[in-house]
Amino acid sequence: MSDFLVYLITGLGTGCGIALIGSGLVLIHRVTRVVNFAQGTFAVVGALTAISLLDTGLPHGLSEVLGVAVAAVVGLLVGVIAIGRRGTSPQAALMVTLGLGILAYAVEVMLWGDQGRSSEGLSGAVTVFGARIQTHYLLIIGVTAAVFAALAGLFGRTDAGKALSACSSNPYAARVVGISVTRMGLIAFAIGGALGGLAGVLLAPMNSMAFDSDVALIINGFAAAVVGSMHHIGRTLAGALFLGVAEAMVAGYGSATYQTVVALGLVLALMIGQAARTHSVVAEAG
Amino acid sequence: MNASQPPRSDVVDVVEVRDLVVRYGAATALDNVSLRVAPGEMVALVGPNGAGKSTLVNTLTGILTPASGSVEVRARIAQVPEGRQMFGDLTVDDNLRLGAWQLRGRGESRRKQRDTSWVYELLPDLVRVRDRKAGGMSGGQQQMVAVGRALMSRPEVLVIDELSLGLAPLIVADLAEHLTELNREQGTAVVLIEQNARLALDLCSRAYVLEAGRIAAEGDSADLAASPDIARAYLGEAQALPAPPDAQDDPGPHDPGPRDRAMADPAPTPGTAGTARGNQDTAVQAARAATREAK
Repeated sequence: MSDFLVYLITGLGTGCGIALIGSGLVLIHRVTRVVNFAQGTFAVVGALTAISLLDTGLPHGLSEVLGVAVAAVVGLLVGVIAIGRRGTSPQAALMVTLGLGILAYAVEVMLWGDQGRSSEGLSGAVTVFGARIQTHYLLIIGVTAAVFAALAGLFGRTDAGKALSACSSNPYAARVVGISVTRMGLIAFAIGGALGGLAGVLLAPMNSMAFDSDVALIINGFAAAVVGSMHHIGRTLAGALFLGVAEAMVAGYGSATYQTVVALGLVLALMIGQAARTHSVVAEAG
Repeated sequence: MNASQPPRSDVVDVVEVRDLVVRYGAATALDNVSLRVAPGEMVALVGPNGAGKSTLVNTLTGILTPASGSVEVRARIAQVPEGRQMFGDLTVDDNLRLGAWQLRGRGESRRKQRDTSWVYELLPDLVRVRDRKAGGMSGGQQQMVAVGRALMSRPEVLVIDELSLGLAPLIVADLAEHLTELNREQGTAVVLIEQNARLALDLCSRAYVLEAGRIAAEGDSADLAASPDIARAYLGEAQALPAPPDAQDDPGPHDPGPRDRAMADPAPTPGTAGTARGNQDTAVQAARAATREAK
């Protein structure tokens, strides 16, 4: 029982990190219709910046906040290059983000080298029903819950959130009512950068971060975003938590070698089921 | 039914377009177009598909940039775009509130800007659907939302692109009544872009006929409607009038006029567009003849 609880909480913690990456992907896609392949890069930049700042003696908290801020700026820059030019198609922008992600490897290696680095997370552990859980996992879960509540508030209650949704729903109509679709897209990229950076600084104490850590992060985040149909942030969170818990269970009860394969296989099955359900609804409607 | 007041010569026009040229790449969509709209005036812009009506609207509202000529809009302008263009995932209330987006930072309190109550008073049919997603509503309801959304920016000029497109005649009549009321009670100038020339000429005091990117005729709606050539080309009244000199230009008994097609068709079809373009020569000749008559 205590093992199960440990795997569950650690899985939820990892899932929260994946959810932050996935929600960034969804947010950017929702507003700009661009699949941002540089999303994992934001996490790496955020984490490595925070680690460097900690190394210079800056305190915890401030270093992480600055790491997230730098990732947001990088997100904005990626947005400017990907969608800043009016008329750029989402497909062309996707290729630009892919290219920028690869270019980022060179910059990251120059700045931080090619070895993985990790930071010291929140120390200590708590005992829950006899299971000893690292406090940092609870921090990840708490911060993620707060971030998703804020995102729900942004999209559900504010005009700015409605305007962001409007850009995705009907870009032409958005322009007609005076919403700058490009500006909203850049805001989405900046928020996406911050979400990625946050994932990076939260996960860095658990997994060492290197320039190429973005691949695993984007694969997991993308799987979660697909569960959310690249549109629904709540379903993306659910998909990410499922993925995180599944990976932790496979690693705990089986072998860590297969954790990603098994978890992604489960997500694939979920997606096929989702597609079949959509197909049957369309067939019924037709 | 012409509700709006005729323009006074001492009043500054709220919209003034001079020698406007708009191009899409090498293709010229608008060629030396000039028009004006006085405060509180209802002006119709009629013409077949492809004449450049929507291009003109998008240029007036700043979505398109002219290649040459001038566009002066001296009042707050809002647009009801062709095809309604809902934010389908958002509720009716959200759609309306986003209509006030361009008022942000313009003095009035945000709460007052977001107040939708006066729009619901003007369009009471929307009250019971205010929390429904706009994408799932009927065409008529969506058109009302589109009008309400445009009104939320408190415009002095309302540009409506194809009010009647795909809507049943009764719904169109209802919407037309709302527009007349808006014009009469709030003094909002209306520019009505329509393929349904009968509706547009009935509703507006002045009209422009746009053909292949040029203004082919302009004048009082009543005069244009009384012109046999305009009537034949745009109002589907070929059978009620003497046969034109060139029988090839006659749409014929089996070819309903643009107005009849607009009333009968539930939605625009490629066939409609093709036929409208097919009538283009006839329409150009009719418009030119009307201009000669006006002179």
